[in-house]
Amino acid sequence: MPFISNTDAQRVQMLAEIGLTAEDLFADVPPELRCRGLNLPEGMGEQEVRNRLAGIAAKNYIHLTLFLGGGFYDHFIPSAVYAMLSRSEFYTAYTPYQPETSQGTLQAIYEFQSMMCRLTDMEASNASMYDGGTALYEAMMMALRITKRNKVIIDDSVNPIYRVMIQSYTRNLKIDLEETTNHEGLANRDAILKALDEDTAAVMVQNPNFFGCIDDFTDIAAAAHKKGALLIVSCYPMSLGILKTPGAMGADIVTGEGQSLGLPMSFGGPYLGFMATRKQYVRNLPGRIVGETTDVNGDRGFVLTLQTREQHIRRDKATSNICSNEALCALAATIYLSLLGKEGLKETAQLCADKASYAYQRLTAIPGVKPHFPAKWVFNEMVLDLPCDATEAIGKLIEKGYAAGFPLSRYYKGMDNSILIAVTEKRTKQQIGMLAEELEAIL
Amino acid sequence: MKLVFEKSVKGRRGLRIAKSDVPTSINLNPDLLRDKDAELPELSELDVVRHFTELSRRNFGVDTNFYPLGSCTMKYNPKVCERIASYPGFAHLHPLLPQLRSGGMLTQGALEVVYEMDMLLREICGMSAFTMQPMAGAHGELCGIMMMAAYHQDKGNKKSIVLAPDSAHGTNPASAAIAGYTVKTVPSDENGLMSIEALKEMLNDDVAGLMLTCPNTLGLFNPHVKEICDLVHSVDGLAYYDGANLNAIVGKVCPGDLGFDIVHVNLHKTFATPHGGGGPGAGPVGVVDKLVDYLPISTVIKREDGTLALDYNKSKSIGYIAPFYGNFGILLRAYVYILMAGKEGLQRVAENAVLNANYIKEKLKPYYDIEHGQVCKHECVFSATRQAKHGVHALDIAKGLIDAGYHPPTMYFPMIVKEALMIEPTECESRETIDAFIGAMITIAKKAETNPDELKAAPVTTPVGRLDETKAARELNIASL
Ligand SMILES: Cc1ncc(COP(=O)(O)O)c(C=O)c1O
Repeated sequence: MPFISNTDAQRVQMLAEIGLTAEDLFADVPPELRCRGLNLPEGMGEQEVRNRLAGIAAKNYIHLTLFLGGGFYDHFIPSAVYAMLSRSEFYTAYTPYQPETSQGTLQAIYEFQSMMCRLTDMEASNASMYDGGTALYEAMMMALRITKRNKVIIDDSVNPIYRVMIQSYTRNLKIDLEETTNHEGLANRDAILKALDEDTAAVMVQNPNFFGCIDDFTDIAAAAHKKGALLIVSCYPMSLGILKTPGAMGADIVTGEGQSLGLPMSFGGPYLGFMATRKQYVRNLPGRIVGETTDVNGDRGFVLTLQTREQHIRRDKATSNICSNEALCALAATIYLSLLGKEGLKETAQLCADKASYAYQRLTAIPGVKPHFPAKWVFNEMVLDLPCDATEAIGKLIEKGYAAGFPLSRYYKGMDNSILIAVTEKRTKQQIGMLAEELEAIL
Repeated sequence: MKLVFEKSVKGRRGLRIAKSDVPTSINLNPDLLRDKDAELPELSELDVVRHFTELSRRNFGVDTNFYPLGSCTMKYNPKVCERIASYPGFAHLHPLLPQLRSGGMLTQGALEVVYEMDMLLREICGMSAFTMQPMAGAHGELCGIMMMAAYHQDKGNKKSIVLAPDSAHGTNPASAAIAGYTVKTVPSDENGLMSIEALKEMLNDDVAGLMLTCPNTLGLFNPHVKEICDLVHSVDGLAYYDGANLNAIVGKVCPGDLGFDIVHVNLHKTFATPHGGGGPGAGPVGVVDKLVDYLPISTVIKREDGTLALDYNKSKSIGYIAPFYGNFGILLRAYVYILMAGKEGLQRVAENAVLNANYIKEKLKPYYDIEHGQVCKHECVFSATRQAKHGVHALDIAKGLIDAGYHPPTMYFPMIVKEALMIEPTECESRETIDAFIGAMITIAKKAETNPDELKAAPVTTPVGRLDETKAARELNIASL
C-alpha cells in the first residue's frame, strides 16, 4: 500500500516503544468476531488500475449528441473551474470547524451564499444541500416547522424525480401531501387555490417547470400568503440569467439543482442542492451557514454561524440531520459564476433559450410533430408530440447517435407520444438541423 | 482579503461566450424576464484564478498539513482517483441515459462500477446487498432508519423509539427524529462503553432499533457488541451500524458478523475520497437478507447474459432517496481505492490506523488526562482538564497547534468527555510526522503551565486571528447583497 508511510521496521519499533504487540492492538475484539477469509482481490498498482478503469469508461456511450435534460444539463464548463477546484488546499480540507485554518473555504462559501441570493433575489442562503431533490424536501420540512401546519401542495409540473423522492421521505410522517395536476403545462391555479386552506404549510412549484414552460407565480404567492402558507420555488439557476426571479414573484424559500453551474453530469452526482430564503426564516434553515465577523484585531473574517440549529449541538431537535454537504460543488458554482460574471451568465442563458427556440421551430415544422402544450413560453426545454410512440423513436435515434430527449410516458399517463427535448448553449445549429432530419426520417 | 464582488470592474470579462449561430428566441415573453441583472462580479480569467488561488492558500488541507480531526478520518486522497473521476467516459455521462429504451447498454461501464462497489462492500461489511444512493453518512442513516420503519410497518410492529448511546454523533439522533421516531439516549458505563444494564432496562416492544458506532466515538471497541445486537433482536428491533469508524476494523472485522442488520459506510472516510471542504461524500447502506426488499429503487442487477441492468421492480422498496445512483463520482474514487488496496492493503489500513492512534495515546498520556486509557482503535480522546486548571482549554490547545502547523483535533466531542480533544491520525501518516505532532502537543502542555497567555492569544500565524463567533450570530451577515 503506497498510501501507508510507515515501514515494517518502524512499526516494530513503535510497538516496542509503547510496550504493545501487534496482537494487543486488536485484543479487545473477541476471536469469534474477527472475520476470516475475506474474498477480495489482490491490490493493484496505479498503471494497472488506470488501464482497467479506462477500459470500463470506454463502455459508456459519451459520444451521443445530447438533447437530454430533465433537470440535468450538458452545459459548457470553462477550464479554470476545474483548475481551481483541483487546488488540494480546497479539496483535501473538511468542514471549516477551525475558522483560522479555513478562511479560504469559509470566504468561498460566503461568496456562494451571496451569489445564490443575488441570483434568486433572496436574502439568506445556506452552504449547500446534497442535490436539488433533497433541497426541495428540506424546504418542505422547513415550511412545516415555520407554519406548524402539516399539509403541502405540490404541482405535478415539478420534476417527477423530485416528487418521487418527496413521496419516499414523507411516507412514514404524518404529512398531508396533495398533488395537483398541471393545467396545459403550467401550475394548476384552480386546483392549487381550491386545495389551499388554513392547514397548508406550503405550495411547491418549479420554474421553468419540468416541461420547460416558464411561469410567473406572483398570483400563487399572494394566494398562499393570504392563507398563511409559504411559496416554495424550485428553479434552474442557469435560467435566472434572464428569467424573472422567485424573489420577485414573492417566493419564501427557493431551492434548485446547481449542476448547471459548472458541474459535470457525472452519471448523477455529486451535484449541488441550494436553498435560499427570506431573512426572517434564517433560523429555520437546515445545514451549514457562513457568516462574516471580525477577528481579535478587528479584521474581517468568516465563521460557521447559527450552529445551534444543527445536529452536532441540537441532536434530535436539529433543523436537519445534514452534516457533510456538497461544499466542493458549491465552490465549483462560485468559480463558474465568477468567470461568467454578470454579462456572461445572461448571454449563456439567452443562448440556451435561442437555441431551444430554433430547435422548436425546426422540429415543429416536421409533419406530424406538434407542441404538446399551448403555452408558448419555454426556456430551453420543450414537450413535443410525435406521431408515434416516443420511447420507440428515441430508441431509433440513439442508433443514429442522438440522445433525442426523454419519454414522458415514464412519469405521465397518456403522454406516450410525448418527448421532452433540452437544448443547451453547447448544441450547434447544425446538430439541431441533423436531429430534425433524422427525426423526420424515422417518422 | 477582498470579496470577489469587491474586485469587480465594470465591463471586464472572464469568458468569451460562443457566438450564436441561431436567431433570437421567439419563446420568451418580456413579462417573464428579470428586470435587473443578477449582480455577479465582472472579472478577467486571471482575476478569478488569482482570487481562488489566494483563497486556497488560506486553508489547511491534508496535502498541506497533518489533519488529525477525530471521527473524520482525514486520510490521504490518492491523486489517481481524481484523475479517473475526470475521465470523459465517466464525467460526461448523463444520468438519464439508462432510462431510455435499451439505454442501460449505453452505460454498462458506469453500471459496472456501481455493481462492483456493491459486491465489494457486501464482502467488506458482511451484508447481503447495498444501495449506493445515500449522498453522505447522515443521508445513509436516514435511509437506514426509513428501511427500519418499512420493515416494522410490514410486520405490523407498532414501534416508536430508536435508541442511541450518549456518545453517538449528533447525526444519529437527528436522523432517527427526522424519520419520525422518538430518540432515547442510552448512557455509557465507566469504561466508556454503552451500558448493557441500561440498555436492558430501556429495551421493550416499543423499540424499533439501536444505532451504534463501533468502535465508538471514544475510539473503543465494545467486546459485547454481539450480545448487544442479540438483545436488540430479542424485541424484534434492528441493529444499525454507523460506519463512520469502519477504518479501525476494515478487513479485520465485518459489521455483519457482529450482528448488525443495517450498515452505512462513509466512503469519504474509510475509502479515501476527498472531503472537499465539507463534502461531497457518499454513504452507501448495506442490509441483511430480511431487509433487502426495502432498499431504495433502483439497484443494479446482472442479467443471465452478463450485462447489467437497473432493477425498478421493487414493490416493498422505500422508494427514491436520491435522483439517481448516488454520488457516482465519489463511488468511482472509492472503487479505485479499494482496487488498489486489495484485501491485504485494507487490513494494513486498520492495523496502521490503530497503531498510530495508540502510539499517540501512550506518548501523550504523561502530559494529558485520558479517562479511558485502555487500548484504543483508530482514535483516542484526551481531556484538557489538567490544562484547564491553568485556564488553558481544549480550544486554546487547538489554536496553539495551529501555530505549530497542525490542523487541530476535533474539540468538545464526544460530549461525554470534558474538554475533549479527539485525535485520529489515520494509517497514512509517518512516524516522523506523528513524532513531530507529539512534540508539539508536549510543548503546548508545558506552555499551559508556564505561559498560558501565549496559547490564549493563539493563533498568530494565520491570515486572521481568533474570530468573534458571538458577533457573527448577533450581527448576522451571511450574504453580501
Ligand atoms: C460517528 C459519525 N457518524 C456520522 C457522521 C456523519 O457523516 P456525514 O458527515 O458523512 O454525513 C459522522 C461525521 O463526521 C461521524 O463522525
